[in-house]
Amino acid sequence: MNTAQSASATDLVDYDEAISRFDPVLGIEVHVELGTATKMFDGAPNIFAAEPNTAITPTSLGLPGSLPVVNRTAVEYAIRIGLALNCSIAETCRFARKQYFYPDLTKNFQTSQYDEPIAYEGWVDVELEDGEIVRVEIERAHMEEDAGKNTHVGGATGRIHGATHSQVDYNRAGVPLVEIVTKPIPDTKGRAPEVAAAYVRTLRDIFRALDVSEARMERGNVRADINVSLRENADAPLGTRSETKNVNSFRSIDRTVRYEISRHAGILDAGGSVVQETRHFHEDTGGTSSGRPKSDAEDYRYFPEPDLVPVAPSREWVEEIRAGLPELPSARRRRLLGEWGFTDLEMRDVVNAEALDLIESTVEAGASAQSARKWWMGELARVAKDREVELEELAITPVQVAELQGLVDGKKINDKIAKQVLTKVLEGQGDPAAIVESEGLAVVSDDSVLTGAVDQAIADNPDVVAKIQGGKVQAIGALIGPIMKATRGQADAGRVREIIMDKLGVS
Amino acid sequence: MSASTTTSDIIRRSAAAQAAALEAGEVSSEELTRAHFGRIAAVDGDLNAFLHLNQDEALTTARDVDARRAAGEELPALAGVPIAVKDVVVTEGQPTTAGSKILQGWIPPYDATLVTALRKAGLPILGKTNMDEFAMGSSTESSAYGPTRNPWDRDRIPGGSGGGSAAAVGSYEAPLAIGTDTGGSIRQPGAVTGTVGVKPTYGSVSRYGLIAMASSLDQAGPVTRTVEDSALLHELIAGHDPHDSTSLPDPVGDFTAAARSKDVKGLRIGVIEELESEGFAPEVRARFTESLDQLERAGAEIVRVACPNFTYALGAYYLIMPSEASSNLAKFDGMRFGLRVIPEDHPTAENVMKATRGAGFGDEVKRRILLGTYALSAGYYDAYYGSAQKVRTLVQRDFTAAFSTVDVLASPTSPTVAFRLGEKVDDPMAMYMNDIATIPANLAGTPGISVPSGLAEDGLPAGIQFLAPARADERLYRVGGALEALLEDSWGGPLLAKAPELTNGAQR
Repeated sequence: MNTAQSASATDLVDYDEAISRFDPVLGIEVHVELGTATKMFDGAPNIFAAEPNTAITPTSLGLPGSLPVVNRTAVEYAIRIGLALNCSIAETCRFARKQYFYPDLTKNFQTSQYDEPIAYEGWVDVELEDGEIVRVEIERAHMEEDAGKNTHVGGATGRIHGATHSQVDYNRAGVPLVEIVTKPIPDTKGRAPEVAAAYVRTLRDIFRALDVSEARMERGNVRADINVSLRENADAPLGTRSETKNVNSFRSIDRTVRYEISRHAGILDAGGSVVQETRHFHEDTGGTSSGRPKSDAEDYRYFPEPDLVPVAPSREWVEEIRAGLPELPSARRRRLLGEWGFTDLEMRDVVNAEALDLIESTVEAGASAQSARKWWMGELARVAKDREVELEELAITPVQVAELQGLVDGKKINDKIAKQVLTKVLEGQGDPAAIVESEGLAVVSDDSVLTGAVDQAIADNPDVVAKIQGGKVQAIGALIGPIMKATRGQADAGRVREIIMDKLGVS
Repeated sequence: MSASTTTSDIIRRSAAAQAAALEAGEVSSEELTRAHFGRIAAVDGDLNAFLHLNQDEALTTARDVDARRAAGEELPALAGVPIAVKDVVVTEGQPTTAGSKILQGWIPPYDATLVTALRKAGLPILGKTNMDEFAMGSSTESSAYGPTRNPWDRDRIPGGSGGGSAAAVGSYEAPLAIGTDTGGSIRQPGAVTGTVGVKPTYGSVSRYGLIAMASSLDQAGPVTRTVEDSALLHELIAGHDPHDSTSLPDPVGDFTAAARSKDVKGLRIGVIEELESEGFAPEVRARFTESLDQLERAGAEIVRVACPNFTYALGAYYLIMPSEASSNLAKFDGMRFGLRVIPEDHPTAENVMKATRGAGFGDEVKRRILLGTYALSAGYYDAYYGSAQKVRTLVQRDFTAAFSTVDVLASPTSPTVAFRLGEKVDDPMAMYMNDIATIPANLAGTPGISVPSGLAEDGLPAGIQFLAPARADERLYRVGGALEALLEDSWGGPLLAKAPELTNGAQR
């Protein structure tokens, strides 16, 4: 199905107009791949991008006779996530088989948790850009295994239709996942797109803080299924929802919600009814297209997995895990806000730029919070934007930034030279101090050098000298310019001023 | 075959006696293994107990054991004694088909845990034995590779699903065999071939590498000619396996000592009222009663106990088993291993799956997949699967109540002697009734043993079954070993000695 077709199938209603007439309700399912050493149910390594079908065992291939065994670390990570989301942790829970046929599913059932999830009934506070807090209720967090990956070959689109054959890579089959399901999220009104993206970002930050996943959206470590429905008003029953699968960037999440609200409103305005189905988001158009119809009656023939004994985490273990939980992102932000003395706006900018870790590390390496913020949010943010990369992908470390600032603070270099040094660091020429040393960039405050340059400037600019001696002291600037030029910007401007004033007998 | 009377004599001994002969230097493992292959060559053309022979590898193992013995190494109890393995157990580098066309030619890349144990202990693996397809059946007639015949009467079935293993042991093709028992597939073939079969406590022998029929019911165990042999083999294959989540952590009991104790004084044996009435053939019941008399004379106490929910066990079993089987067999779709049938028109993934399963699965397998899919489907789950699980709990309670008053329970193993090939093929319900006495133990996870109880109708063997509480397997060996000794005294030798002679497949 191409996107042009699906877009023309519905008349979209302008987003603001849609919001003025309908009340959107969100539901979000987030899958996170856990960063365990081995897979959910066997000893195959859990690694990314190995040669196809190398990270496998008879169990991850579902070979006849193979059996699953639950990965204890995956259970621990799931409990960590559950606790961080303020959930109750089940005293005993089970796996079930979710049965359907697909070539990337080795057993033709997925081992998942159905009616007995490991964590349930929690909440998380989501902070929006303007500082507003939205509380999202969590229905459950459950464990399951990932499927393999199909590549369809021979067709024009890379999709299964028209392909001559398909290749399957089972490296991902059996990778542990935790799926976090929200309760319906009401009352987001026009901020629904922002809430959806901020919620997933909040979870992503929590996963990273908990050290349970690399949580890299672009690698699909975190994937979101976005449910959207519209109703006439907040008191009306929930409308029919659509579920857009595997949206994996914050921007795409925002666009998905925005598009679906416009699309649903179009259907409802035309007197139609929304079809309950799964949909796909398209990066190129920002729209969604129909996948397969889905109804609650779809029959997965769930039954308890007889190959696995129930998982019964002891209360002692759960409390041990709770006691070992790291500081969570929201608490950390509150703490750093106080420690650093940033304004709320400065802090939000830092968080939105994902510069918090970098700034904290820079401060730990000795820089002041404000100078660290200025580097990362200023010059470095600009470079990153020019190069279209993330801040953390720049070839500079927080320690190097702190060292650079140290050189400025110690008056070894001035701000202008500092920017030159920064460029050289980014080019991989070494640490700031070493660059200053080898390139001779240190500020020149040696009077014998400066005096010669001052004498030359006085000789070259008699008019200016006359003005200064005539009382216009601020004209000194006109002499400093050429001196800085002559010393390639390295002259200590303060000292230069003193020497000039001394030579010309003004004060 | 080197046709010495010595080796053809030795292969008729028990596995324990063969191990003693190896230890005494009376015979080498290589000679013993060759002798068994000779016997297989002579009689299996007609019996069809083996699907695949593993001669090169078995002889290599035998020679290795001989060399180690010659070097003075201390070897495990059964080292050098050959064994046959039911074809539902995966063996690295050797074909494994589970009796199904859908796995024809599949060579597993790994060993089942119990096979690893056999290899480590130095047992030459003779080959893989015939079975009902995916262990579904009570007669070995549903094998995709033709039925196995009963060594006592080759117009009769050898029991199922482990008919191949039972026939191999009963015909002296193998002194030992591995079977699997989901609803009686070790014990019922044992009963109708005059051999000993044990279903251990669920979880005591690893299921890793057993091609699953019904995960919560499947259990591998020994098929042998004596109770002591079963004890030796059970000790060898039991133990905790980290690859099987349901594997028990318990240490393995001393089953051999129990089998050798021959002491039943004070043992309370409960006769299950529900399993001795209608449907049980008169002479099968007579042999059962005589066996109990022997035990009573030896000092056991016989009491009658009621297990009222056993009446519903068969029905519950035929919902749970196909439900799990329908799920376990979903992986056989022509995508990753085994048979792949590509239809000529429109060969989509879905159509390849359909064609492969259509051609690869036999009728009984299809019947159970359909039954199970139906029983698990939305709207029927509670009525069928859910209710069956409730019955299962009630059966477990019956056992718990019974074992609070008796040490073991007893019943005939199978309602009748071996029936004729083809007799029940078109009547699945009649076939299913064969497992009525054995199924409760699978539902409850408790262990059971079948021991020959004598000859019944048509001069064919019957068996008596003893059941014990979970993790009390040694009680089975104690009572089984004692009864075996008492009966053999009264018969003047093992029951198998009464079986007709088999010669080069000529006798029909």
